[in-house]
Amino acid sequence: MDYIKLLIFGLLALVAAMAANFGHDLAYTVAALIFMFASGLFFIKTLRGIGDPVVVDTGYQDDVIRAGVIATAFWGIVGFFMGTWIAFQLAFPHLNFGPEFFNFGRLRPLHTSAVIFAFGGTGLITTSFYVVQRTSAARLFGGNLSWFVFWGYQIFILLAATGYLLGATQSREYAEPEWYTDIWLTIVWVAYLVVFLGTIVKRKEPHIYVANWFYLSFIVTIAMLHIVNNLAIPVSFLGSKSVSLFSGVQDALTQWWYGHNAVGFFLTAGFLGMMYYFVPKQANKPVFSYKLSIIHFWALIFLYIWAGPHHLHYTALPDWAQTLGMVMSIVLWMPSWGGMINGLMTLSGAWDKLRSDPILRMFVISLAFYGMSTFEGPMMAIKVVNSLSHYTDWTIGHVHSGALGWNGMITFGALYFMTPRLWGRRALYSTKLVNWHFWLATMGIIFYASSMWVSGIMEGLMWREVDAQGFLVNSFADTVAAKFPMLVVRGTGGILYLTGASIMVFNLWQTVRGKGEAESMDAAETTAQNAVPAE
Amino acid sequence: MKKKQKKSEVDYPTTGHEWDGIREYDKPMPRWWLNTLYMCIVWAIGYTIAYPAWPLINGATPGLLGWSSRADVAAEIAKVNEQNAEISAKLLATPMAEIGSDAELANFAKAGGAAVFRTYCAQCHGEGADGGGQGTGYPSLQDDDWLWGGESDTIHTTITHGIRYESDDDTRFSEMPKFGEILEEEEITSIANFVRSLSNLEHDAALAETGKELFADNCAACHGDTGTGDREQGAPNLTDAIWLYGKDLDTITKTITYARFGVMPAWTGRISDAQIKQVAFYVHELGGGE
Repeated sequence: MDYIKLLIFGLLALVAAMAANFGHDLAYTVAALIFMFASGLFFIKTLRGIGDPVVVDTGYQDDVIRAGVIATAFWGIVGFFMGTWIAFQLAFPHLNFGPEFFNFGRLRPLHTSAVIFAFGGTGLITTSFYVVQRTSAARLFGGNLSWFVFWGYQIFILLAATGYLLGATQSREYAEPEWYTDIWLTIVWVAYLVVFLGTIVKRKEPHIYVANWFYLSFIVTIAMLHIVNNLAIPVSFLGSKSVSLFSGVQDALTQWWYGHNAVGFFLTAGFLGMMYYFVPKQANKPVFSYKLSIIHFWALIFLYIWAGPHHLHYTALPDWAQTLGMVMSIVLWMPSWGGMINGLMTLSGAWDKLRSDPILRMFVISLAFYGMSTFEGPMMAIKVVNSLSHYTDWTIGHVHSGALGWNGMITFGALYFMTPRLWGRRALYSTKLVNWHFWLATMGIIFYASSMWVSGIMEGLMWREVDAQGFLVNSFADTVAAKFPMLVVRGTGGILYLTGASIMVFNLWQTVRGKGEAESMDAAETTAQNAVPAE
Repeated sequence: MKKKQKKSEVDYPTTGHEWDGIREYDKPMPRWWLNTLYMCIVWAIGYTIAYPAWPLINGATPGLLGWSSRADVAAEIAKVNEQNAEISAKLLATPMAEIGSDAELANFAKAGGAAVFRTYCAQCHGEGADGGGQGTGYPSLQDDDWLWGGESDTIHTTITHGIRYESDDDTRFSEMPKFGEILEEEEITSIANFVRSLSNLEHDAALAETGKELFADNCAACHGDTGTGDREQGAPNLTDAIWLYGKDLDTITKTITYARFGVMPAWTGRISDAQIKQVAFYVHELGGGE
């Protein structure tokens, strides 16, 4: 087995080295080099491990999750920093500096991908591994395949990020990586599905827990969306450029079918999976309603996939498709809220815990922002509202109240929940610092969302303002100039949010080191926690 | 705490399953939630009947209201056009110089011209039409220094056909030679010093004296003996302390050595004749019109 691995890693490194040598452009060469080094490192690691006795682990496979927690926290800081930087670029263009690598156009996808795919995606993979093992009472399926998923995904992030900086892009929002990165992600994703599904199949519980439905729907649907939207023909197998299989309005619709469901299945369904485990665990209460979870799950899954056309209101997209996109978005309102109700109502009878438990407070505020942005979304999908809000900062604000409020906060909560347990600590280093993080992040989001509402609505009203004779009153540059104060407030919100996250990283690191309140568990406690429960 | 617990908390059973300590209540869905969902569905069905929605084999259902986004936009545009039809026709029929004497027409032209300017001209000439300040290469339209002439008819021609815009046969055209290919470096420095002396800028008197002669031989044909320029050829006035590309010695030296070739697009065909008239009037009214 080890020799087969050696052969594979060796061949991969060789092929990558050749690709790097013959590559037509820098982005492609760098990608091949990353691949070559990764394969080389795994080759050496396998070589050094030959002859080591095979240890059969029986408990939960938590080492990959520990790595995932570290990676999630790391990418969070990277993503928030990039976001704060480009937020200030919009207010102060000098921050573009000189070189093209720091241009807003290249850093913007770096920010969105770092936050959605690096921070959110690693967080989803990590928590799903944590949750599926515990709710299935089974060790992860596939042995080291979970490590392949983890490292494979990190390599995907590096390939994507270096590509953006070096100018390789498909110009599809949230699907910017070029063809080789897409193929690599497909392989990693299939492995992820195998690990996750395999673990569910070998579960010892009679039923599949609701969190796992959501995680599974996220994994399966993202695979479908990713493959279809990235169908493209490479110009050369030795270059980064590719040409999409679709063109014109079909291309736009495919892109937004993907784009909206990246929000729906990555940032909603996946994170609802997180919510359904960590909220009842932290509150120590039963989930509010099983019926609600089953109905809102299927309604959400059915409806989300139709809502993409609302990104293309008043464009070349035919009216009928716009209508369907709009009505499906509105019917989607209640199914989205089902998750919020199930989360918040789980706390009924335990609201007093909010006073003493800042982690629970984090989960509650994340559900509140989830509820707010899933109301705002359908509202903005209504055509008359969209005619005002589209292309303005309002959309940016909407996305961020979802991403910072819902996705960010619930991931922070999950990291706070998992870290002491994964490293065998009785508690976090400091609960007080969690409180600081909570308030900094909340203030940051409020700064962000409110400034973008003001800015977006102002922008929309200025663009459409005409005088009595039908002539435009404002130029585009007028609207840009008028937005300046709001852009500064938005950037300030970013600083607050980044500061909060940095405090979290410090707190988690001290917890891992066993400082402060984070004393180590004794051997018996550790065993009790990590063993797969017997039937 | 126990006493405070609501009745519902105690009464409802869980589903009987347990995952890692998590259980689920077997509670009904909240009525308001379910009813709102039903209402959204009913509304959605109604909306898709009223508006174009369901794809069929040859096109989609048109909807009972017969609404279409394209017809909607066309109607809005038609409404404005109809409202302005009379005064637009009047504008087209009136010579440029006479627009100002009819208050209603002047008001219409100015408002329309301002909108055109904000949309198409502000990118280069600046929001306030000052060319983004001196030395940017984009002329200020607020002062009385005109390259090709500041009468309303002249401005109209410039906007219609553009400047050095190759795809328009009637474009205004002139080209300054690259004197770097003709004169020696020292000679160019001398001329640059002389040019600065024309508007009383700091200069080397000895070099300027040499430059004066060279100017007469090489530059005066277009810029005039006294350097006041020639609007027939778009040759700038060099004596008025207004500088298109910059007044420091380096920039002037660069201008003489490599020459300049500012281009403005022709607007005929891109915007309507009425719009060109409007924006010409607007620019003429900015302050420097002659």
